Amino acid sequence: MSGSEWPLYEVFVRGKRGLNHVHVGSLHAADGEMALRNARDLYTRRNEGVSIWVVKAADITASSPDEKDPFFAPSGDKVYRHPTFYDIPDDVPHM
Amino acid sequence: MSFDNPYEALTEDNDARWAFGTGFEDPLAGVDRTVPDGVDPAGLAAYCLMLGDDALILSHRLQEWCTHAPELEDEVAIANIGLDLLGQARLLLARAGAAEGRDGGEDHYAFFRDEPEFRNVRLAELERGDFAELVARLLVFSAWRLALLTRLAGSRDPVLAAVADKGVKEVTYHRGYAAEWAIRLGDGTDHSHERMAAGLATVWPYVGELFATHPVERALAEAGVGVDPAGLRGEFDDVLAQVLRAATLDVPDLGPAAGVSGRTGRDGVHTEAMGHLLAELQSVARAHPGATW
Repeated sequence: MSGSEWPLYEVFVRGKRGLNHVHVGSLHAADGEMALRNARDLYTRRNEGVSIWVVKAADITASSPDEKDPFFAPSGDKVYRHPTFYDIPDDVPHM
Repeated sequence: MSFDNPYEALTEDNDARWAFGTGFEDPLAGVDRTVPDGVDPAGLAAYCLMLGDDALILSHRLQEWCTHAPELEDEVAIANIGLDLLGQARLLLARAGAAEGRDGGEDHYAFFRDEPEFRNVRLAELERGDFAELVARLLVFSAWRLALLTRLAGSRDPVLAAVADKGVKEVTYHRGYAAEWAIRLGDGTDHSHERMAAGLATVWPYVGELFATHPVERALAEAGVGVDPAGLRGEFDDVLAQVLRAATLDVPDLGPAAGVSGRTGRDGVHTEAMGHLLAELQSVARAHPGATW
């Protein structure tokens, strides 16, 4: 398949009631416009989405699995960072 | 909302019938299906068969692209377009059945009519060519059909109006898909330009037929139910001129493909390709009549 010559794009779709775009998969396309159309045809066939973002996979800077521990382990024992140690007054709404 | 499963965030509610994606709509919900007063049921049925056969036959040609498309992504796109047209065909053939008082109309019309009873334009049935020919055919077909459906949305028949309203959104996408590829190929390399021009030349002799008014179409247009295709040529020419200019292609200077004594697809006179297409389309239903799956 000559598709391997086309760059890889990552696809993000926002659902009807979802507030965020969510990563749903990837595809090949010659450019962003084609990626958007391909994403529509591949990832919204079952009435999933109301908005699509595509981004070249090569443009994403990702954390490395090798750095998992130095990146994420230090936050594992700091339960006090969750704001659950307060008494919330009854008249404070939306908490 | 959990983000462990990306699809979970996309669903509207937990409808168990669907893996993901909900909120499906019945295009005919709430539509009065009785044939309006003053509309000839036989004429309405014949007209629905014309527009339904256009969609059914081109849908079949598009389905033939499964496992043949140049890219996986385009294979899905072509199948989606085929399914859109199949959906339009089902509604239109069912409407013809309702007008004729025939139960199970859509299967009867699709599988148990013979070639001269099919009323599709010959453009739809042409042998499957290369990808550029597909793009050219889809561009011509959807530019024409979009112009038609846009006007049909104002039909006095509420079912035809609802089918057209649904179809406008679908065919707008089909036209965009085809136009984008026509421009990419036409304005691409020398080789892709040549192939795109050849594809356009293959389908162009069947363009004139799209705008020739059949007596059924004239009668239904006069009754405010159908659309006279002759009135669509201006919009079609404008759209094609715009796309072909961007694609650095010329409008082909080719005369119309001959019919038989002036009779063409709308009269049930088809090309050689049609018999082969129907043989494949109808063989299973005819070998196992009444079978369900």
